[in-house]
Amino acid sequence: MTEPIIQMKNIEKHFGLVIALSGVSLDVNPGECHCLLGDNGAGKSTFIKTMSGVHKPSKGEVYFKGKLMNFARPRDAIAAGIATVYQDLAMIPLMSVSRNFFMGNEPIKKIAGLPFFDHDHANEVTMAEMKKMGINLRGPDQAVGTLSGGERQTVAIARAVHFGAEVLILDEPTSALGVRQTANVLATVDRVRNQGVAVVFITHNVRHALAVGDRFTVLNRGKTLGTAVRGEVTPEELQDLMAGGQELAVLEGSLGGTV
Amino acid sequence: MSETAEANETPPVEDERIKEMAGFRKAMIRPELGAICGTILVFVFFFLTARDSGMFGPAGILNWSVVSAQFAIIAVGACLLMIAGEFDLSVGSMIGFAGIVIALLSVSLGWPVWASIIAAFVICTGLGAVNGWLVIKTGLPSFIVTLATLFILRGLTIFAAIATTRKTIIGGVRDAAEGDWLAPIFAGKIFKGFFQWMGDHGWIETFSRGTREGMPVVEGVPMLIVWAIILVVFAHILLTKTRFGNWIFASGGDAQAARYAGVPVNKTKILMFMFTAFCATLFATLQVMEFGSAGADRGLLKEFEAIISVVIGGALLTGGYGSVVGAALGALVFGVVQQGLFFAGVESSLFRVFLGIILLLAVILNTYIRRMITGER
Repeated sequence: MTEPIIQMKNIEKHFGLVIALSGVSLDVNPGECHCLLGDNGAGKSTFIKTMSGVHKPSKGEVYFKGKLMNFARPRDAIAAGIATVYQDLAMIPLMSVSRNFFMGNEPIKKIAGLPFFDHDHANEVTMAEMKKMGINLRGPDQAVGTLSGGERQTVAIARAVHFGAEVLILDEPTSALGVRQTANVLATVDRVRNQGVAVVFITHNVRHALAVGDRFTVLNRGKTLGTAVRGEVTPEELQDLMAGGQELAVLEGSLGGTV
Repeated sequence: MSETAEANETPPVEDERIKEMAGFRKAMIRPELGAICGTILVFVFFFLTARDSGMFGPAGILNWSVVSAQFAIIAVGACLLMIAGEFDLSVGSMIGFAGIVIALLSVSLGWPVWASIIAAFVICTGLGAVNGWLVIKTGLPSFIVTLATLFILRGLTIFAAIATTRKTIIGGVRDAAEGDWLAPIFAGKIFKGFFQWMGDHGWIETFSRGTREGMPVVEGVPMLIVWAIILVVFAHILLTKTRFGNWIFASGGDAQAARYAGVPVNKTKILMFMFTAFCATLFATLQVMEFGSAGADRGLLKEFEAIISVVIGGALLTGGYGSVVGAALGALVFGVVQQGLFFAGVESSLFRVFLGIILLLAVILNTYIRRMITGER
């Protein structure tokens, strides 16, 4: 059994009088895709924001590679090797792919002692990485706005991995995508996982989760409803856990089990 | 043998829905395209209508290039700030304020001129930082925050001038600047020898009468133009060739996404507010040194002239997109139109009509170009 790369223990988060998380625990192993499922308002976003350094937990501990961590800012988490890809905020559409790829990590080349952006190196790496991910670019200066939503997610994932992310948090990467694009993103997740990166995959779509997940943790109203291992759980069980049981059973009856 | 080897090479996978772009088209599609077209159009227009007026003689060229350089100096600051996603409406007031600071310190308080100039730069870039800090801390649109600064600074400038000298125009800076080591880099002309030499050879006109007989009508290149060129080159390199330039684009493109990627957005924006204030102060210093006086009402409406130049130059009002070269060309278009109408003998009130039409055409063309580049819908 490998040592979990990140462990979240009894995380609680209070916003004033609102208890967003009341004791959530989760651990992720290297090379594993751990799916975090939950309905809207279940606390998924708050939870991953404590993992990525945006929020400080009110109670509970975060262990990264066995060490207790205390992230004050997202930059601290990024520096440690925890990268987050947000659904809408992954890329800047007006900027070129290569400028986006190196945003915040610009390569430097010295000319006459002055630091300049090394565009040649950036362009070369971007083209190579995009080719690996199966994205055809007209050129590294192509604007991200011309890419599809799935391609943008893929670029963001490739970027995070290229800059040494060991834990990759994906915030609903597939929820706004079409069928084919979703398949591409899921294939990218699989590829990244096989490289040994630990992936935390947030979704409310059970089928997407089952397609790539190794373990599944369901959140409901700020609590963990347990973690299941691949093969030991059916889509119906996950769906029920997410929705909290009874209400959906009634709904499902009227919808003929299509949800 | 060679044929089979070639046949075995698999061609690179092409996406059937991405059309190959012709090289020429690719070279043409750039943020400055609108401004380049505008520049050509404006020059052709005035070449046809005002060729005989001396507009393209040495004195005429000097005339419109000085005006364009003035626009360019403030446009460069406004351009970088706009790309970083913010506005500064206090540029005009800052120009008046900086001028009065220099004149008050040097003439009324008797400070050396170099110290007054440095003090004006420090105070004004400091005020620029305050602008930026307020925008970041309050989260309010910079439009509103700097609109407030516009009134506050203008009011303070007039108050300070009247309270200390009972006038709104403070003269005597030129006398105070006599023999100063810093003042000359903001006044006067360079390459005088070269222009005299060209005059001697009859390549440019010389005065034929009076005390300046034999001297060329254009003595040299004004420092104003030199500063404008330095600023444009500096800002262009900063924006396109450095890491900080990438941060400027990212901050304006999507501040939150940039923050998540580790870009220091707040620092970048505040620095750009300071740079805009620096450009305004530079403009004021050049003006004060040229006129020998400072006026509390100087710089009126300059903020809009800067923004118009930047927009003609292809920048996006909402940030994240634009070019310094474009802004400089926008300033050139602006300057040439303003002075060209005078050369062409057009009623001066029609200048605004012209400006409005050019602005509208430029924005429409630029929007179209930008959509092609960025895939906006």
